[in-house]
Amino acid sequence: MLAYIARRIVYVIPIVLSVALVCFLLVHITPGDPLVAVLPADASQELAAQMRTAYGFDRPLPVQFGLWLWRAIHGDLGSSIATGRPVLTEVLRAVGNTVTLAVAAALIGFTLGLLFGLIAGYFRDTWIDKVATSVAIAGVSVPHYWLGMVMVIIFSVQLNWLPAVGAGPGGSGAWGWDWEHMKYLILPAITTSVIPMGIVTRTVRALTGDILSQDFVEALRAKGLRELDVFKHVIKNAAPTALAVMGLQLGYMLGGSILIETVFSWPGSGLLLNSAIFQRDLPLLQGTILVLALFFVALNLLVDIAQAAIDPRIKRG
Amino acid sequence: MTVMSDTALQAAPATKARGYWATVGRRIARDKVSMVCAFVLVLIFASALLAPWLGLADPYQGSMIRRLRHIGTPNYPLGTDELGRDMLARLIYGGRLSLIIGILPVILAFVIGTSLGLVAGYVGGRLNTAIMRTIDVFYAFPSVLLAIAISGALGAGIVNSIVSLTIVFVPQITRVAESVTTGVRNMDFVEAARASGAGPFTIMRVHMLGNVLGPIFVYATGLISVSMILAAGLSFLGLGTKPPEPEWGLMLNTLRTAIYVNPWVAALPGVMIFAVSICFNLLSDGMRSAMDIRN
Repeated sequence: MLAYIARRIVYVIPIVLSVALVCFLLVHITPGDPLVAVLPADASQELAAQMRTAYGFDRPLPVQFGLWLWRAIHGDLGSSIATGRPVLTEVLRAVGNTVTLAVAAALIGFTLGLLFGLIAGYFRDTWIDKVATSVAIAGVSVPHYWLGMVMVIIFSVQLNWLPAVGAGPGGSGAWGWDWEHMKYLILPAITTSVIPMGIVTRTVRALTGDILSQDFVEALRAKGLRELDVFKHVIKNAAPTALAVMGLQLGYMLGGSILIETVFSWPGSGLLLNSAIFQRDLPLLQGTILVLALFFVALNLLVDIAQAAIDPRIKRG
Repeated sequence: MTVMSDTALQAAPATKARGYWATVGRRIARDKVSMVCAFVLVLIFASALLAPWLGLADPYQGSMIRRLRHIGTPNYPLGTDELGRDMLARLIYGGRLSLIIGILPVILAFVIGTSLGLVAGYVGGRLNTAIMRTIDVFYAFPSVLLAIAISGALGAGIVNSIVSLTIVFVPQITRVAESVTTGVRNMDFVEAARASGAGPFTIMRVHMLGNVLGPIFVYATGLISVSMILAAGLSFLGLGTKPPEPEWGLMLNTLRTAIYVNPWVAALPGVMIFAVSICFNLLSDGMRSAMDIRN
């Protein structure tokens, strides 16, 4: 197992470096001079040249990348142009809120997805299966930002039950685990949970169906095992794949939260990314994307290891 | 004698075996869900294409005195938007841009990804490693994040949004194409073609393409659903087209301010995105099971 983990970690290093390279290059595909966002509009040629040297933009690209990477490894992602605060501090504070939202959404989406998927797979081609499959396909096809708007229309505008935007009373970004704060979490969490719910349902349904049609299930039934115990075997066999899909979905929720966070003004990494884009705050844009992508890579690594831990066949492959 | 040959002639067509694609087509045509989806999509595409000849109101013509009319108002069957423009006209005209920015990235990615995957899968070796490891880098980003990162760096605009979504979908299609090609490469008929002296380009074009296109096409059809949601999402964020252009994602964004006044009109553009997205998803499912002849 340790050898497997070591191998996986070694394999991740080139990925991490390439991710860093992509994030570094992002700033260089922006139209115009990357200094434009930093400099005042009436800056003199002299000042521009000075700044170019100060930021290292006059050096060759590979050297710039090396220096940038060296600083990034030491936790220095530069400072936000808009606020002047260190990028890493800003990103980590926002990521906390995104994690809260993603975990809440995962609890809802994965529970429902597993439940619907198992039931639909077990009662394949019955009306129960049809209902569950329809819910799942609606879940994966719905534009979730629109669903968020509809939720706000129903529960905030029409019924006035839940707040429409923000993450707590008074508009403060600080999160707390009390009802006053929880009220703000319900709508964005349900909205975020819809896509993973649909995908997990579809995956688990297909898995359950496939496993139930295998010969060993026939053998289990033939030796007189009760249906509930047969089901345990199904779950055991479906677990590694289901786990991988859920891990990936959690990663998508963490990294792809910008649309939902924009709809609900949820103060997470997505909202931060949104403001970075529209204020042309390139260091903040670069830093946020780097941190989120690294989160995603780390999560995938964890999922791989967890998968190997519960299914010994994977280690050999 | 003559009687016998007549029966033989009549019996002949009935025993003629149908080809693979004819069987698939027949199976899809018998699937009610797929046919309903195809019908809805044809309706949306046709109305977007024929919008100028449908006798609709001017989608750009606003009026301050008839802002945010409700659904069912005489002359405005779907109400008016925040600038008093006819919603029905804007939704139908909106289909033009929305469908282009949603579908074009998948078509471009289909062409690029299939070529890359076919070459990687057929040539194998170092070239395969080079292509597939580069593709892996893009898998290290959640797709929404990658689309937003590229779009955000390039700046707002229709072309930039199409470029960023194409970059998001190329790796996914390349992976599918590579794995299908690798599966077909070692089959006997490819070996036979090689033995009879066909060059790699001829083998790929004549013998492999037809065998790998089906599964890749089905996969790409499913991607259109995601692409529609993401493309409209980029516009919703302000990274796509600019006002006053009618486009579903952008309309949803500008109507957000109206949810306290006329909520259901504000939600309408999303219904269009949802309809197109779910139809492509169901159609892709239908095609997949129709092509799985063994079941």
